[in-house]
Amino acid sequence: MIVELGHFATILALLAAVGLAAAGYASAANPAWRSAAATLAGGQLVLLVAGFGVLVHAFLVSDFSVAYVAENSNTRLPWYYRASAAWGAHEGSFLLWTTIMAAWTWAVSVGGGRLPAEIHGRVLGTMGLLNAGFLLFLLSTSTPFERLLPGAPAEGADLNPLLQDFGLIVHPPLLYTGYVGFAVAFSFAVAALLSGRLDAVWARWTRPWTNVAWAFLTVGIALGSWWAYYELGWGGWWFWDPVENASFMPWLAGTALVHSLAVTEKRGAFKSWTLFLAVAAFSLSLLGAFIVRSGVLTSVHAFAVDPERGLFLLALLVATVGGALTLYALRAPGLGSRAGYAGASRELLLLLNNVILVVALAVVMIGTLYPLAYEAATGGEKISIGPPYFNRVFVPMMFVLAAALAVAPVSRWRRTPARLFRGAALMLGAAAILGVALPLAFAGTFEPGAALAVALAAWIAGVHASDAWRRRSSWTRGYAGMVLAHLGFAVSLVGIAVTSTFSHAVDARMAVGDTVVLNDVAYRFADLRRVDGPNYVADRGEFLTDGGVALYPEKRLYDARAQVMTEAGIAAGFTRDLYVTLGEKLPDGSWAVRINDKPLVRWVWLGALMIALGGTLSITDARYRRLARRDAAAGRTAEAVATA
Amino acid sequence: MHRLLPLAAFVVLAGILYLGFTLRDPTLLPSALVGQPFPEFDLPTLGDPPGRATRADVAGDVRLVNVWATWCPTCLAEHGELMRIRRATGLSIVGVNYKDDPAEARAWLARHGDPYDFNVVDLAGDLGVDLGVYGAPETFLVDAGGTIRYKRVGEVNGRVWREEIAPVLAEIGTPGDG
Amino acid sequence: MNRARRGRLAAAVFLLAGTAATVALVLVALNENINAFHPPERIVNGTAPVGTTIRAGGMVTPGSVSRDAEGLGVTFVLSDFQGSDFPVRFVGILPDLFREGQGILVTGQLDAGGTFMAHEVLAKHDENYMPPEIADLAAHQAADP
Repeated sequence: MIVELGHFATILALLAAVGLAAAGYASAANPAWRSAAATLAGGQLVLLVAGFGVLVHAFLVSDFSVAYVAENSNTRLPWYYRASAAWGAHEGSFLLWTTIMAAWTWAVSVGGGRLPAEIHGRVLGTMGLLNAGFLLFLLSTSTPFERLLPGAPAEGADLNPLLQDFGLIVHPPLLYTGYVGFAVAFSFAVAALLSGRLDAVWARWTRPWTNVAWAFLTVGIALGSWWAYYELGWGGWWFWDPVENASFMPWLAGTALVHSLAVTEKRGAFKSWTLFLAVAAFSLSLLGAFIVRSGVLTSVHAFAVDPERGLFLLALLVATVGGALTLYALRAPGLGSRAGYAGASRELLLLLNNVILVVALAVVMIGTLYPLAYEAATGGEKISIGPPYFNRVFVPMMFVLAAALAVAPVSRWRRTPARLFRGAALMLGAAAILGVALPLAFAGTFEPGAALAVALAAWIAGVHASDAWRRRSSWTRGYAGMVLAHLGFAVSLVGIAVTSTFSHAVDARMAVGDTVVLNDVAYRFADLRRVDGPNYVADRGEFLTDGGVALYPEKRLYDARAQVMTEAGIAAGFTRDLYVTLGEKLPDGSWAVRINDKPLVRWVWLGALMIALGGTLSITDARYRRLARRDAAAGRTAEAVATA
Repeated sequence: MHRLLPLAAFVVLAGILYLGFTLRDPTLLPSALVGQPFPEFDLPTLGDPPGRATRADVAGDVRLVNVWATWCPTCLAEHGELMRIRRATGLSIVGVNYKDDPAEARAWLARHGDPYDFNVVDLAGDLGVDLGVYGAPETFLVDAGGTIRYKRVGEVNGRVWREEIAPVLAEIGTPGDG
Repeated sequence: MNRARRGRLAAAVFLLAGTAATVALVLVALNENINAFHPPERIVNGTAPVGTTIRAGGMVTPGSVSRDAEGLGVTFVLSDFQGSDFPVRFVGILPDLFREGQGILVTGQLDAGGTFMAHEVLAKHDENYMPPEIADLAAHQAADP
């Protein structure tokens, strides 16, 4: 009965979303509708939280009369995996998506109360319309509330063992919060296009929402990479897999948007470009959802192919993105902007940033969708694009981006006096020496790629640190956030370059008692034991290094699905990870073993966390609160004048 | 940037996605076997001691024919649903134990339950070739005249039962639709 | 030429050069990293190129997997179960979901003797999965049995 209530709540949420769309747009013209829109936004959230809560409850009590629960859970799963199994497959994860969408909508409804009604109503209306589309998709093709009647099974089929993991409890909610959060910027863009009003006030309102969504997406992607690293990667942490690219493309667009919004706010420039990016970031989120949920591209992460869902999602994508871009084509030119800047100004650097990010985005998109286009063009010939394509094209662009970013703090709006660059130029010399010397000292070989990356990172760190020191008495949170995020970029850059260049790996055939030496560390296969988990049995190896580190890789057999899983044994460290995996057991009783030595791999994710933290820190800047009050007052005056 | 450029690029993209999607979706391609008679065969059964089964044992009633093996994890995943169908609807299910070890298959059924009326042992995969099987599991719905009415590649779950198999059953007009 | 015009010209040249360099890089890199998929039939009948990196796929023939006595070399046969079988040689660790009878994708090169020298063996982490390449293979078979 309670499951039917959850289903019913979700249906009511669809009605609330439709009502919100109507009330939102109506309130743009007639402020009397504002309270109705606010009520509907709150109601939608309450209903979806209730619906999602019902689903989680069905999992916790193992109600296998619900088809989705029976297919993705098992009584022997620990309770936290039973709860997280609610978003372990398509139906439940999409319900979570709509719930997060409702949460963002409610936040905009409450937090945007001081916005001019004309903008606020249209933003809420657009968000209501979007979630109505999502909920229609959910209810018509993917409801998780369907019952298996008669004859509910006594036991469930179990959650895919790969998803029985902490990383997978937190990765999807964070990622979706980022994806869906771009719907706010998207809706602000649609509202601006509809009302023809795009000014510094608009940019200032859009910025915090965009930063938060972007920070969530950053952490979500980093978590996904970390999960892939320890759970399935055999030491790899990024594969240029279509599903990874699907999350990376909106991130690139979002990064460009975060920067172009700065120009639009401070200088009133890049207006139609900013609007385009706001539409693009969310459109790419939807494209990602389509790629993942339609099974259209070969990937290790994708859900199973389902024609009905795929076509519905494609229709949703076409309606949303096509509609927004049509609006853009019709209205954007009216929002033209002319603000003068010259030479090496901050505007020019941010323009360079945007160009590089958008070109990088295009490169990733071409690599991801080319196989599909090729197949469509040739009538079924299949190809795949190897990861070297992405590395070869993407990496040089990131070097240019790093160079532009290094001088960001010393640049000035309009034009930068040449003397300000002098210190940065001196530091470039020192950084170049460090770039050559550091990898040489620690790895003993010269690798041009790693040297360049370390030099650029050192340059970024040097310029940012000295500039921050110079301004130490006048830091704002906006400035501190920028510095932190840029330093995070430098940390990731070093991590990526060093771990890609100086990692060591070996595949060896080892029996208990054997020793293998890799990069001056001796690994002894000391012991192998049988271990019983709650819903699996495992062979657990013990590997001891001559440095006294113990590693415990496992080979698990999950019995409900008879699925074999590899659990890596990792000794994580700030400077390097030692990483051992048990491959397969060979006929003579020995094991195929992979040993990895990954220097600085943690820096990849540490940098991402710093970036996200920086983005979040900057929106707590005092000026947003101060200016928000002033804008609201100005908006009210303008409305009063307009009505009078 | 020209204002129409993004829209034009998106139209191209959507076209590629649509074409790619329809090409990639195997279930959209018609199966040549649907509407064809179930192929002739003469193979041992999984019983202990083994008997023989031929096409005549499959034709004659409305049945699901399920191709499975112990080496196939998805077969185990769908096993609960087959058990449920058997219990809840009484529909006859015949197994084709495909390229498998008969002793292991018997042990597997003893452990997980046996929804099958009987199992045909297709050790060499000959029947599999005639059925156009390319992996396990695959499931066929055969009518009383021995004609294949429906084919499912991959797992049979609650949704597949409700939305695909049950409607075909209703069309055939059997008491076994649940 | 005045200063503003010179600036605009420099920007245009810079933009043009950057675009050209990027497009060239993308085209070259794409070209070098395209791996065409060849079904077993084409591997066996000699249509698939020898010595270039390609992808192939098929079902692992039960009973064909053989590990070397020393080291991590392994040989197995991939089949479309329609009469086209070819041997694959791989050195390294096979994925967890590698099993006899399962659909597998391999990336590597075909040698002159008809053996596929794989440097990557792919099986999906979801067991409901069948790579689209292989699913299609089967669909085509079903269409012309």
